[in-house]
Parts: sequence; C-alpha cells; structure tokens
Amino acid sequence: MVQRVRASLISTPTASLINLVGVAIVVVALVATVQRVATAPGGATYFFQTMGFGLALGAIFALVALGYTMVYGIIELINFAHGDVFTLGAFISAALLPIFGLTEGRTFGIGVVLPLIGVFLVTMLVCALINVGIERVAYRPLRHAPRLAPLITAIGMSALLEGVMNVWRGPFTLHYPDLLPEYQIALGGGVTIAAKAVTVIVLAVVLMVALTVFVNRSTLGKAMRATAQDRDAAQLMGIDINRTISATFFIGAALAGAGGIIYGLYYNSYSAFDGFTYGLYAFTAAVFGGIGNIPGAALGGLLIGVIYAISDGYFTVAWTQVLVFGILIFVLVFRPTGLLGMRVPEK
Amino acid sequence: MTRAQDFLRTSLRSPNAIAYVLMGAGALFYPAIVQFATGGSGDYLVGLAADAGIYILMAIGLNVVVGFAGLLDLGYAAFFAIGSYTYALVASNHLGVTPIGHNLHIPFWIALFIGMFVAAAAGALLGAPTLRLRGDYLAIVTLGFGEIVPRVFRNAGIWTGGVPGISALDVPSLPGWFVGPWVGQDFGWVPDFRFTSANLTAYYVLMVALIFFVVILVNNLHGSRLGRAWMAVREDETAAAASGVNTVSIKLLAFSIGAATSGFAGAFYGAKLSYVSSENFGFIVSVTVLAMVVLGGMGNIPGAMLGGIVLYFILFWLLPNAPLQMQNLASSLGLDWLNQTNPNGWPGISEVVSRSKYVIFGLILVGIMLLRPQGLLPSQIRKQELRHEEHEAIAAPRQLQT
Amino acid sequence: MAPILKVDGVTKRFGGLVAVDNVSFEVEEGEVFALIGPNGAGKTTLFNCVTGFYKPTFGRVTFRGRDVTGFPPHRTAKAGIARTFQNIRLFDYMSAIDNVRLGHHCRMHSKLWDSLFKTPFERGEERRITEHSMELLALVGLDRQAENYARNLAYGQQRRLEIARALATDPKLLLLDEPAAGFTPQEKVELMELVRTILARGITVFLIEHDMRVVMQASQRIVVLDHGEKIAEGPPVEVRNNPRVIEAYLGKSA
Repeated sequence: MVQRVRASLISTPTASLINLVGVAIVVVALVATVQRVATAPGGATYFFQTMGFGLALGAIFALVALGYTMVYGIIELINFAHGDVFTLGAFISAALLPIFGLTEGRTFGIGVVLPLIGVFLVTMLVCALINVGIERVAYRPLRHAPRLAPLITAIGMSALLEGVMNVWRGPFTLHYPDLLPEYQIALGGGVTIAAKAVTVIVLAVVLMVALTVFVNRSTLGKAMRATAQDRDAAQLMGIDINRTISATFFIGAALAGAGGIIYGLYYNSYSAFDGFTYGLYAFTAAVFGGIGNIPGAALGGLLIGVIYAISDGYFTVAWTQVLVFGILIFVLVFRPTGLLGMRVPEK
Repeated sequence: MTRAQDFLRTSLRSPNAIAYVLMGAGALFYPAIVQFATGGSGDYLVGLAADAGIYILMAIGLNVVVGFAGLLDLGYAAFFAIGSYTYALVASNHLGVTPIGHNLHIPFWIALFIGMFVAAAAGALLGAPTLRLRGDYLAIVTLGFGEIVPRVFRNAGIWTGGVPGISALDVPSLPGWFVGPWVGQDFGWVPDFRFTSANLTAYYVLMVALIFFVVILVNNLHGSRLGRAWMAVREDETAAAASGVNTVSIKLLAFSIGAATSGFAGAFYGAKLSYVSSENFGFIVSVTVLAMVVLGGMGNIPGAMLGGIVLYFILFWLLPNAPLQMQNLASSLGLDWLNQTNPNGWPGISEVVSRSKYVIFGLILVGIMLLRPQGLLPSQIRKQELRHEEHEAIAAPRQLQT
Repeated sequence: MAPILKVDGVTKRFGGLVAVDNVSFEVEEGEVFALIGPNGAGKTTLFNCVTGFYKPTFGRVTFRGRDVTGFPPHRTAKAGIARTFQNIRLFDYMSAIDNVRLGHHCRMHSKLWDSLFKTPFERGEERRITEHSMELLALVGLDRQAENYARNLAYGQQRRLEIARALATDPKLLLLDEPAAGFTPQEKVELMELVRTILARGITVFLIEHDMRVVMQASQRIVVLDHGEKIAEGPPVEVRNNPRVIEAYLGKSA
C-alpha cells in the first residue's frame, strides 16, 4: 500500500516553532504579493497577460517536472540530465523543422500543425531513446552502489549532454522559428490573452492527459505504478523491472522533449545551457507538488510558472531566480513532502 | 632502530606515502625547474601553480564533506564566494563607498581567517535545517544555495559592487621576504615586501605552506574521534546513532569545516586576484572541485590533491592550449579542411576543441564512477571494498540464516 | 530494587497498523529480562521505541527514573541504553577495534580543537580508549581479530563484535536483539557465559530471543508479546505453562 507520508518532522517544541516561522513567511509573502498585484499599473490587462505567460511557462515546467517525478518515484534518483534532455528537444526539433518544411514566417494553420506533429513525434522518440540509453549506461550499473555514485554519474551525464550541445551549436543563444499564432484572444472588458500562451497550455494539457490515461489504464502504466510502490513485490508478480524502469525514462523524456519544442516555439530562442536552470526550476516544481506524485508535478509546475511570472512582472526580474531556488530550499526544509504528498517506494 | 626501519618499510609501500613524498618534492623544486626550463620566464607557470593550489585547497575541503562524511555538496562554490567577498569587504576601499562610510583594511593574514569563519558560519546556517535531509535532497539544496549566493552578490547593488564586483583589494604584505636566484635575483632580504603580480613566486610559496598546514590538520581530523565518527556515519548511520554518535551535529561539523576551507581559499583567491565578481563563482566551480575529488579518490587526502593537480592541469593548461595545437596538428597532417569554418556548420577544429570542456567533465565523472569509482588513489576503505567485491563469490551467504 | 526500565502504556501506530498496543512492563536492575513472541509480534518495534528509533504514539519510557520517551537514539545511548541489531549492523569496512573505539564516542571529551591539533589530551584519550577497546575485544574473545575488517569476520565473531561495541558505550542496560540467531549450540553456551559476565559488571540485560532453551535458562523474567499486545509476564516456569502463550506459538488446538 502506498504510504502517504505526512510532514513528519513535528512534535518537539523547536520543530513546531520552525513550522510556525515557515507559515509566517508564506503568509507575509502572499499578502505582499496580493497588495502589489492589486495596486500595480496596467490593471486587469497586465494581470491576464502575466497570468497567460505564467501558465504557459508553468505548463512547460510541468512537462519537465513529470519526468523528474516519475523517475524519482520509481528508483529514487534525481536524473540531473533530465533538464538537458529538455534542451535537446529544442535542439533536435530545430534541426528537424526545415526538413519538415517548417520555416520562419509560416502562418499557423493546418499546413503547419501537421508537419509539426511529425516533428513532435520524431523529437520525442529521439529524446526518449537517449534518456533510456542514459539509464542503461550510467544508472543501471550503479543501482546497488552507494547512493553517491549514481548522483555523480547523473551530474556527469548532464555535463556530457550540455557539452555535446555546446560543441554542436556553441554557447550562443539560438533562434527558434516563429510558428505559433501571433494574435491576442479577447476575454472581454478589453482584456486579452496571447493566443501563443493558450496554444502552449493546450498542447501541454493534451500531453499530460495522455500520460494520465496511460498510467491509469494501460498494463505498462500499472506496472510502473506497482514498481514504484514496491519493487520486490512487483518482481514477484512477474513484472520485468528493467523494462518498466526503461519505460519510465522513455515516457519522461518524451514529455521533456515535447516541452523543449514548446519552449522553443514560445520563446523563439534556446541555448545549450538552458537545461541546467530550467531543470532546476522543473525539479523545484516537482518537489513543490510532492515528489513521485504525478498530479503534484503538474500542479507544482503551474504554480512555479505563475510565481515566476508574477515575480518578473510585479517585482524585479533580477530576484526571480533567487526566489524560485529559495522556494526549493524552503519546501525541502519546511515541507519536504510537498503540497500533495510524496509517493516514494516503501523501505 | 628497527622500529624506524619498520615504519619506513611499511610507509614506503603505501601509495599514499609515495604520493605525499612526490608531491612534496615536486612542490619544492617546481619553481626552480620551471624557471630553468623556460629560461627565466616561468613566472606565469609559477602563478598558475599558485592558482592550482587554491583549487587543491578546495578539493581537500570538499573531500572532508563528500569523502569523509559522505554528504554530496553541489554548491561548494557558494562558500568560496562568501570567503572572497568577505575579504573584499574587509580589505579594500569598498566599505567607504557603501552606506557604512568607513574603509576597513584588515591585514591579509587576519582577513583570511575572517573569511574562513564567515564561510563556516554560512555553512552551519545552511546545514542546520538541511543536513537531516536524505542524500539526493541535500545535494539539490546545496545546488540551490550555490545558485542563490552568487546571484545575491550580483544583485546586492552598492554593498557588493553589483555586476562589476569589487576591485583593488589589498594585497598581502610582510615585514620582509627572502629573494634569491629562484626568482632571478641575488640572495637578499627585501623589507616591506608586498605580494604583487610581480612576485608570483611569493604567492606560490605561501600557497604551498598553507596547503602543508591544512593537510596536517585534516589528517589529524581523519585519525581522530571525529574522523572515526564520520566514517561510521557514512558506513551505517543507524548503527552510528545507536552507538551514541549525534549524526546531525557530526554532519554539520563536516559541512562547516568544508565551508571554512572553501572560504579560506576564497579569501586567498580574492587577495591574489585583487578583485571579486559574482561571475567567477558559478556551478562550474563546484562541479570542477567535485570532479577533482572523485577523480583523485574520494575520502583520501592525497587523492583529492592529486585529482586537483591533474584536473587543474587538464582544464587550465591543456585545454586552453589545445585548440591552437589541434589547429596546427591538422595543418601539419594535411587535414586543413578541418580548420575551415562554415557559418552555419563546422566551426573549425580549434573551436570545437575549445568548446569541449563540459564533454570532458562529463566523461571524467561518468567514466570514473563506472570504471574506477575508487579514483586514482583509493582510500583504505575503498581498497577493502574492492577486495571484498573480488572475493564475493567465496563469502558465506549469511542471508540464509535466521 | 527500583526498576531500571519502565515501559508504560507504550503504543506504536504506523498509519492504520498498530505494531505495539498498550504494552507495559518493568525491567529490574541486575536481571536478565527476555522479550519473546511469535514473528511479527512487535518485539523489535518495542526495542526501537525504547532506544529512540521510533517515537511511541502513546505511552512513556522511563530509564533510571528519567523520562526518555522520544529521545533520539544517540541520547538514549548517552543515557546508558545500548543495543545490538537483529540483522547485525557493523561498520563493515572499519576494523574490529575501530568499531569498538567508535562505541566510546559519546564518552569522550576531545573537542574539535583537540582533534585538529592532536593535543596531548586527545592523544591520551585515544590511548585510553584503545586500551579499553582491546579489553572489550578480549572479553568477547576477539582480541586477536582487532585489526581485521569487520566484513571479514565470521558470523559468530560479528555478533560478538557488535556486543563489544555496545559495551563500549558504557551502558547500564544492554538490549540484545536475537543475539543467538544462527548460532551453533556451542556458541549459544558461550553467549550465555558472556551474558553472565556482562551481568557481573553491573549491566542489566534485556534480550529478544527465539531459542526457548536460551530464554528459559538465561532469563529471570519474561514478557510475551503477540500481535503487539502483552499476553504474559513472569518467571520462565510460569510463562512456559501459560496457555495463552502456548496458543500464540502453536495456534489454537482444533
């Protein structure tokens, strides 16, 4: 049975005090934010634009966070290279776009959507295979080694991927073709939201729904959940652990690769070392929502995206990164189980 | 008499002892050899070695955290930054520019320790709430911290000099210093000696002395009650706790000592460069030091040092020179097409080589972990672990009992 | 004599599962007290509650008059409660004598300064605990294995090393979790001899054991657990003939 571990630190007086401090910090932050947002110039329009941006960014974070959370849920390993698989998605798709006839300036329509689906499928497949390869080469041989070992190889793999992309296209910020619709969608009362943002959100939601259906209905999905809960029992039931783990890496990377494409389409730029920072944001999201918890990763992603957007839009850009990393440390210190509780293998 | 002979015999058989002797001898003769080999213009190489020493110090410190206590710290550069910036604030004209209004010019020799203590305090502050987290979470938390600290320094405006950083830091000075043929001068005593970039050999000597003392201190720790407790906690935390070890405070101690070493190195770095900027303290520094420890042999002091020397040499001497070498090599082999660049394609072999730093990192980290996890100079424990793996087939299957 | 250990209404819940249910008993100073019960009865869980590895959901643990409920493991060790583990937890890649030296950690007074600079105080203390460690190793018959890595010792030797390490913490109460598991009859005899020696040093022994002969011969009083509840307590003769105990082990007669 899955144990929903509640925040288990508590009952000594100092722990209660720490908890109180944590709650106080959150309350103060929320109050300050609400006040700032309510009194900022730009009113509702600016707010909705910011929210649109935040949700789109959050959707991308969610896609990447899912991969982190699924892998952690099944083998309790932080796949440091996952953020770089995300970037790889942007790189590979950028190389494929011209092959599929998708060049800059094509207007969004069926003539763009169909080849784009092709690009998605190929990129996702390549990213998935690469991640499976990483698991095979760098993590599986060390499954029974002391904890430190696979962590170090994970960092090494991340460096390797970044290095390869750096050699391939250099450390520069590269341009990603602009293919998404450019117009604004009217929401009434003069408030608009970018169609670009909506497209991104819809795409991400479609992928996440597909994932949920798969995990809940298919045999492989059931096998993944079983292995995540109790590896020995799953093995005794005849589940092929190695295949299941590989499948987890496959699906996680497919989503991250898709995230990379969406990232490129939305921002129209990408760079070899983006994966490091974005990976950290996505991991923050995964922990925020509850590590190992799939709905948690999605929720965490959206929340971090919105927080990011609000910080950028209503406070200062310079401190946004500090804020997000601060949230990471904050969550791990005060509530390591995250918002929706963690789901990790029982000991 | 025979005890001394026995001691000598057993010591000389141990790779560690050999490593220490070689490194010691190398350190002693390096400046002379370099000056001789370059015909007197070896100053740059001597200065480079002094810089390598900074990384070696950090490797020794990180080895305490990762190798002794088994805690993965991915934000080690944060303490390096804290040490540097502390030095910058207490030993320059910067405080006068800040709202405080007065300058502090604390002498280098004291400022080093101030930097060290501030970094240690930061380590304790970060560690106190986070060291009870499990290994991977701790790694991520330290990573986050490593990302936050330089950014805070960059954004703190007038207090830390913002993006341009703080420059014109005080250099170390001594009442006097010996000079001689090793720096191309006659034997003599220079009064009111200042450690400037014209006296790189002086920095080198200072660094060697510092490393010497740190190695002795850390070795003492390793063989003490503390070192034993760290080993036990790394082996089996539950058993250590049951045997009376306060695992959290033991880990905190290791973490703070590691932070202190990094801060100490940072203060030295700031003084030598006479400049600090948030740009120099990114994840690449943390990962470089980690790679040094892993490469050299986790948990083994001479291993960490060796890893530091080797990796520093690769990253800061081999790699910067490699692009040009490759270019020339390609030409001489008649493969000139490798050197031709193409705006959207092949950037030329030299450019490719210069971009490959991260690939090398990755290969080292993954390669070592998969092929030789004990590193170049394994610690005693690792050697036992490997011996055990070799004899695994013979060991009695204890699981069948009970 | 005052009880050295008082377990009072201790309950341990894991979510919906009640592992230990309202268990109370006292251990007298200077006796050998045994805890028995079928597999899964909650014996090790109870040990964990006493030594601080679990915090009891309800109830209190009093040691030598002091409330130690919820103390973390190192504090219970410092207070004077030492333990061994069912599955042997040694520091595999440390030598036997280093394992025992580690046990002295909570009784040593060297500070960071002493360790850093290898002060005479530190060197003196190290000498002292090395001597004491050798004594303890000799006590359990391992003095000639002092420099061997714990990993390389035979099974019986490893069990005895764990006891030596526990003794190094200078306890007043020693908890032994299935110390005779996997022992040959000869080794069991030697173990009981060791227990007697430990008693003679003024240390109370509280053990979990499955071998009934060892339990009946070695202990003065026994408490029996089944499905987390205490079902019997008393001297061996009484417990052996208690129908509830027999039923718990053998199942209801048809």
